[in-house]
Amino acid sequence: MNTVYFDNNATTRVDPAVLAAMLPYFGELYGNPSSMHTFGGQVGRAVREAREQVARLIGATPEEIVFTSCGTEGDNTAIRAALAAQPEKKHIITTRVEHPAVLSLSQHLEKNGYELTLLGVDDKGRMDLDELREAIRKDTAIVSIMFANNETGTIFPVAEAAAICKERGVPFHTDAVQAVGKLAIDVREMPVDYLVLSGHKLHAPKGVGALYVRRGAAYRPFLRGGHQERGRRGGTENVPAIIGLGVACDLAAANMAEENTRVRALRDRLESGLLAAIPDAIVNGDAANRLPNTTNISFKYVEGEAILLLLDQLGVCASSGSACTSGSLEPSHVLRAMGVPFTYAHGSIRFSLSRFNTQEEVDHVVRELPRVIARLREMSPFRAGSEAEAALGKKPGCSC
Amino acid sequence: MWEYTDKVREHFLNPRNVGSLDDANAIGEVGSLACGDALKLYLKIDGDRIVDAKFQTFGCASAIASSSALTELIKGMTVEEALKLTNRDIAEFLGGLPKEKMHCSVMGQEALEAAIRNWRGEPAVEHEHEGQLVCKCFGVTDEQIVRAIRENGLKTVEEITHYTKAGGGCGECVGELQKLLDAELGKAPVCETPLAAAPKKLTNVQRMQLVLKVLEGEIRPRLQQDGGDIELVDMDSTTVYVALRGMCTSCPSSRLTLEGFVEKTLRDHVDENIVVKEAAA
Repeated sequence: MNTVYFDNNATTRVDPAVLAAMLPYFGELYGNPSSMHTFGGQVGRAVREAREQVARLIGATPEEIVFTSCGTEGDNTAIRAALAAQPEKKHIITTRVEHPAVLSLSQHLEKNGYELTLLGVDDKGRMDLDELREAIRKDTAIVSIMFANNETGTIFPVAEAAAICKERGVPFHTDAVQAVGKLAIDVREMPVDYLVLSGHKLHAPKGVGALYVRRGAAYRPFLRGGHQERGRRGGTENVPAIIGLGVACDLAAANMAEENTRVRALRDRLESGLLAAIPDAIVNGDAANRLPNTTNISFKYVEGEAILLLLDQLGVCASSGSACTSGSLEPSHVLRAMGVPFTYAHGSIRFSLSRFNTQEEVDHVVRELPRVIARLREMSPFRAGSEAEAALGKKPGCSC
Repeated sequence: MWEYTDKVREHFLNPRNVGSLDDANAIGEVGSLACGDALKLYLKIDGDRIVDAKFQTFGCASAIASSSALTELIKGMTVEEALKLTNRDIAEFLGGLPKEKMHCSVMGQEALEAAIRNWRGEPAVEHEHEGQLVCKCFGVTDEQIVRAIRENGLKTVEEITHYTKAGGGCGECVGELQKLLDAELGKAPVCETPLAAAPKKLTNVQRMQLVLKVLEGEIRPRLQQDGGDIELVDMDSTTVYVALRGMCTSCPSSRLTLEGFVEKTLRDHVDENIVVKEAAA
């Protein structure tokens, strides 16, 4: 069996049609889209078309799209723009389970004169809209809530949250990097001011993204320079990647139904197959309301990095919320915010599928993973109901 | 992806001496499920020589490889020789470990010492009694930290975290680690005002701020150490409403935690009239 790639929330394969569309812009069509001559102008037209394609996928107008280099740039640009436009307001609201692109920026701002409110989530990773209502203050400058969580796939009530913020006059930003292309999103139906997407999560290349800025929303360029992107982002455009992103957005729209039927069915087959074959396993996240391609499963008594390396031996790519994979010593901030017991959090594995996956691949993992888990559990001093579990699960000074 | 040596990979994929020993006369246990790694070491000691060694490990690839290496190294050694083994010997046997993973080799050394104490009939000394607990998240004492500094020539707080895990959780003890390090390296310690004792008369705002400080600095790290957590929900004069999170929610003795630990700590540090109540869900 070749590589089984179940790590599509980390990055995706560039669709062959996307690659084909990009290639001429690495070759003969190398002009600068800003140039006055016809040679550059034809490239400018292609960029314009890509902008229309991106806008169409989310129900925006082309003028509302700013091309960026990645999701992180979009998030930083949007949040800093909102803050810069309201210098008298010093309060930021976001969630405890955001991607570092938002969380780490918010924590940085907290150290530099801002007050930060982090909204919690319940055991399924769901936020509480009432908590948001209560958290909004007169001096709240921005509310940032992710569209869907990258680790668990749990979908957030962005339309409702944005409506609450609009009513209170607070700008609203959503990091929709994991959601665009997997969920139908129409910015005309939800009053978000800023929405961020990233190319490499939807079968476009790495190094390109887009920021949607609602017409009328406050804006300040993050990168100042030339007049590219109508002065909203200086720097010569990454033309081939932008062309690729446009095509990828068209393909995402065309494949949206498949994503939610065939890919969802593959994910469900993988999940139910693993849960049936492996005892002491639980699904993390909101099974009723999550991305169609994602499942996050915790295997008790074993550690995630060890699972990943044994899966790697079998050609299977996935990721883990275990402490050991990240270099930090604590497991995923998302699972901790959900209150997933440490005994489960250390053994969490995320599988994220795409339209390029097959049933054969799913069945391969369902066949092989139970052996991997059994092998590691053989090695572990912990066992369901074992004496060692009772003795070693407790640490000195246990006050619980 | 970690840059593991071929030898680490090999010992992870084909670990030697996995399992338990029915006729073990020395058993050492370190770590916990909550910490993310744990090692149970079984030794058979004949006379004063280790004639067999087996292990069970919960942890990442380098924890498993370190355990495997440890058993290979000590088989055939006398107890005296084994006690001279350091975590560096384990790491060197494996051709080195990524610096963030050095604590895996330290875990091996600690399990070995625990097993030998067990063989000698000494009580299984818990970390807490071996010195002052510095890192509450991972239960690391000052003695363990000083030893890691000395044996491995550590120069920064970050290195201490790589070798002992101390400071890798809430980060509360980083200042304490720096002091230990400075003392070891012969530098003058930086003066720091300790958490002030509870003042006599507090305004409501002061009381609330102090409750928050104690909750963050003293109480949460301790609960998180056991996979639990706590959140301040509301405060009304001296009544503190909290919600227990994580492991605490399913813990049968959470009532005791609230009264015996949370309330007592707040009374000690803030106000003797404090009453802690669990907020209605």
